[in-house]
Amino acid sequence: MSPRGAELPSPLRGASTPPEASAAALQTRGAVAFLTPALLLIGVFLVFPALWTLYLGITDYRLTGIQAAQPQVIGLDNYTSALGDPQFANSLWVTLLYVLGSAVVGQLGLGFALAWTFRRWRGPARNALEVLVITAWIIPSSVVAFLWIAFLDTHNGTLNAALGNADIPWLFSWPLLSIVVFNTWRGTAFSMLLCGGALNTLPPSHLETARLAGASSWQQLRDIVLPSIRGHILTNLLLISLWTFNDFTPYLITAGGPNFATDTLPVYIFRNALINFQLGYGAAISAILLVINLVIALVYLRLLRARS
Amino acid sequence: MDRDRPTPTPGPSRGPSESALQVRRLLSRIGFYLFIVIVGAYFALPMLWLVFAPFDAHPTLAAAAPSAFTLGNFSDLLKNPNALRSLANSVVLAGATMVLVVAAAAPAAYALSRVRIPGRDLLLYVLLLFSSVVTGTAAMVPLFLLVFDLGLINTHVGVILVLAGGLMPAGIFILKDFVDSMPKSYEESARVFGASSFQILRDIVLPYARPGLAVIAVWVVVNVWSNFLIPFILIRDPGLMPAAVVVYNFYTEGGQADLRLLSSFGLLYSIPVVVMYLFVNRRYGFRFYGGIKG
Repeated sequence: MSPRGAELPSPLRGASTPPEASAAALQTRGAVAFLTPALLLIGVFLVFPALWTLYLGITDYRLTGIQAAQPQVIGLDNYTSALGDPQFANSLWVTLLYVLGSAVVGQLGLGFALAWTFRRWRGPARNALEVLVITAWIIPSSVVAFLWIAFLDTHNGTLNAALGNADIPWLFSWPLLSIVVFNTWRGTAFSMLLCGGALNTLPPSHLETARLAGASSWQQLRDIVLPSIRGHILTNLLLISLWTFNDFTPYLITAGGPNFATDTLPVYIFRNALINFQLGYGAAISAILLVINLVIALVYLRLLRARS
Repeated sequence: MDRDRPTPTPGPSRGPSESALQVRRLLSRIGFYLFIVIVGAYFALPMLWLVFAPFDAHPTLAAAAPSAFTLGNFSDLLKNPNALRSLANSVVLAGATMVLVVAAAAPAAYALSRVRIPGRDLLLYVLLLFSSVVTGTAAMVPLFLLVFDLGLINTHVGVILVLAGGLMPAGIFILKDFVDSMPKSYEESARVFGASSFQILRDIVLPYARPGLAVIAVWVVVNVWSNFLIPFILIRDPGLMPAAVVVYNFYTEGGQADLRLLSSFGLLYSIPVVVMYLFVNRRYGFRFYGGIKG
């Protein structure tokens, strides 16, 4: 049929096309054409790199030298040497503490507390605080990294000035705690927004009834609120854990130091693969990170499906 | 029964509990304000520097109201070729990635919304899974090698393709929501008048999904504008680096950082994304966005 030629549909043509076909506005062939550009980009720049990581992880690939021209498959050597490397164990431990401290305790805890506080509080002060928290989340990483370097500076930093010219070398004496506090500041907005959305789904009458029955705030929270928004909280927890596991921003503040105290997995990969150019080894560590990500994401998707 | 009715005057035994209740209320009030003040300070203090230092003729690392207010830092910044060029590079990267994602995600979202392909939901799940699992950090080695082998290392095209691939699944997902909400009767009547699939997409679906397009466009721009890692590993030529990387170089390369330049540049570079995000958040509300961030 000509694109716009048909002034009015003739009854004949209407009869000739089966009702299902005319109801489906888009044929399968058209759909494939519509999908191709997006799938091509995703395939080449998302799916292929992931699979290639798995392959590179079992080779001795380097950017220079003989291994660059003819990388050899060396099996699981990269993995065994990673698992035997105390540096890797340190990195895994640091990452775990970073995720637990800044995502699970910091962002979720503070995010929920803020959402709970904002639930009934109205006014300009509330809006200002909300915008402040969101702004901390939106400012680009390379700018916030410097803001925190300045904030925590030993002699001139605002934090030490606020503590009465304390001259505490935060990034040197408390490096991991510093980046945990930093990342809590950085990412609380997401948990706050998500928990706020979840709290809004609660029928106010439930809480009202509980309050009239004499339940304290804590009892309302424990017995009514938390059980009903458990799904949202779990979703939130998985997402922020995933993001924090893969967060590269600590590198911009401490570059993994001092003495590897903030050497999270992303920093470790970056150092080994793209600074020391041990690409095969770096890819093996990346594969381990991919598997961690995959486990978190699968749990998340399973939950998402169970809820819908 | 009538005798048990509470009298308006409280009995002597109720006095203490009433005042205990008031004390508790007062304490929880104080606790509330204490919490707000501490949290407010926690979020505000690190940001103060970015508010004051750009307007201070002699900024230090400490956040303090400018001793001598000036706009000179900005006029100096405008004379700095590195800073301006990097902002232009950021505009190019963000703009091109945005066009690419919107152009590819819109037809894909429409197709996925309307056609019963077997395993469509599974495909969507797997795509979303990949986009959240294959982050820039986890895939930096193969991404670097892939772009290197394609001869796109040190080019904007390499960065744009990598970022577009990473943002695409979530973009499709968000747009599909908008297309799903469009009544099928719109397309059916167009089809009856003989419109092709492409015409339906262009003349009916896209205008209808315009808020969705605006949302993913802003979302892509915010993500690319802020992204540090991908340009950091793929671009070596200082002339091609976006602002994200150049800001970082300002405080890591070569001795003492020029705080006048750094602060005014940091502010100028941050304002567009903060404004865009707050605008979209106000207008369309908060939605969950997956994909790569930071």
